[in-house]
Amino acid sequence: MTGQPDGPGGAGVLAALPAEHSGRLTALAREAVFPAATRIFEEGERADRFWIVRSGTVALDVQVPGRGRAVVETIGKGALLGWSWLCPPRQWHLGAETRDAVHAWEFDADAVRDLCAEHPALGMALVTVVAETIGDRLRATRTRLLDLYGPTGSQGSSSAP
Amino acid sequence: MTLTPLPYRVVDRRDETHDTVTLVLEPDGEALSPFAPGQFAMVYAFGVGEIPVSVSRAAADGQRLTHTVRAVGAVSRALCGLRAGAAVGVRGPFGTGWDPAAARGHDLLVIGGGIGLAPLRPLIDAVLTEPHGYGRLNVLAGARTPGDLLYQDEFPTWARPFAAVVVDRPSGGWRGRVGVVTALLPEARFTPADTTTFVCGPEVMIRATARALAGKGVRPDRIRVSLERNMRCATGHCGHCQLGPLLLCRDGPVVGHDQAEPLLAVREL
Ligand SMILES: Cc1cc2nc3c(=O)[nH]c(=O)nc-3n(C[C@H](O)[C@H](O)[C@H](O)COP(=O)(O)OP(=O)(O)OC[C@H]3O[C@@H](n4cnc5c(N)ncnc54)[C@H](O)[C@@H]3O)c2cc1C
Ligand code: FES
Repeated sequence: MTGQPDGPGGAGVLAALPAEHSGRLTALAREAVFPAATRIFEEGERADRFWIVRSGTVALDVQVPGRGRAVVETIGKGALLGWSWLCPPRQWHLGAETRDAVHAWEFDADAVRDLCAEHPALGMALVTVVAETIGDRLRATRTRLLDLYGPTGSQGSSSAP
Repeated sequence: MTLTPLPYRVVDRRDETHDTVTLVLEPDGEALSPFAPGQFAMVYAFGVGEIPVSVSRAAADGQRLTHTVRAVGAVSRALCGLRAGAAVGVRGPFGTGWDPAAARGHDLLVIGGGIGLAPLRPLIDAVLTEPHGYGRLNVLAGARTPGDLLYQDEFPTWARPFAAVVVDRPSGGWRGRVGVVTALLPEARFTPADTTTFVCGPEVMIRATARALAGKGVRPDRIRVSLERNMRCATGHCGHCQLGPLLLCRDGPVVGHDQAEPLLAVREL
């Protein structure tokens, strides 16, 4: 358990929460360490926890039938890893695998939901931060669908290897 | 500034990616005045046409011109096909440039998408030659695929304190990062209130990036973006490059995002 001076802080999700809320939340955090190339969760499995990345990077992927896993995004320091725990069906939408060694704060979803029920203001603040993360990922996906690096209509390098 | 093209000759060429080539040009007589980072030349492929192309490396001798060109149409394809010894016509220097001097003492974020990294390279070079003139330099580059990433071998020398690349569509066993270029921002090291940002790439990338930067607290007038419009005269006379009240060949291509944002939001002019 943490919450001590070297507890989570700095950039990212936790920094976006008011201090009293992040203090309560970080009191529930466990340290987690994943070596490089570790599968943290798989698409469709039960989403009963989440992480905040402290160092290292995690690739998020989807299963493409017949072609294996396709990485759709890589997240790093300060990022929220996993939001599927927040609402039903509470199953991971994507898979996650570490690219390099990852240090993270791990949170038990039931415990966090209980904490939110006990402290509605904290719950509201946390849900707002999670919604921001979901919003960011949605915007990133939309931007990529607009073909971020090629002007509209250009065939450009879309035939790249 | 020279208004008629001067003859230059290709003295070196290097394939950067499957569709992008770097050409080094040397004057065949009189040379153009030196280019500042972010400025562009009008390069004429004989018999095909003339297009604006930024300088992608400052000349050590003030004479040679380095351009990185992506083949997208008739003229750029003709330029990419040139071999050593071939002749071209060049006018310039044109445009506002990045003006790194105005960013002195600030942390710097240099953000390039695709071929947009080319005009940013002289700026990076200029900052690196003056390590104490600026705060922390961060270079962030995004590309469609790993095969589209420019200047990869130079990234290690740019990592002061942070340089990273991200691709949109991983392929060929790519083990690097996947996502949009703004995904690199959380790892960059900068103090938003004291940062100048230089952004170049397709407009949709510029818009997404500028919005993310503003969200982090970077002042819109310190987000310098380079905009692309069709250019013909490059001297502020023909109106081809107009964006609202701006003629981008003269008032741009580099402008503050505070100035660019309301213009980019206009659907049609
Ligand atoms: C200030 C300025 C600086 C520039 N610097 C560079 C540079 O350093 N390197 C470089 O390669 N280009 C640069 N460009 C872009 C370059 O001028 C255009 O790619 C070129 O004008 C296209 O001319 P073309 O005759 O080859 O293609 P066109 O026949 O005019 O166009 C062919 C097709 O390509 C599309 N297209 C046009 N431009 C682009 C583009 N940039 N990317 C993808 N598709 C496009 C068109 O919509 C069209 O469908 C710069 C442009 C400006 C305004
Ligand atoms: S290109 Fe003619 S006015 Fe700008």
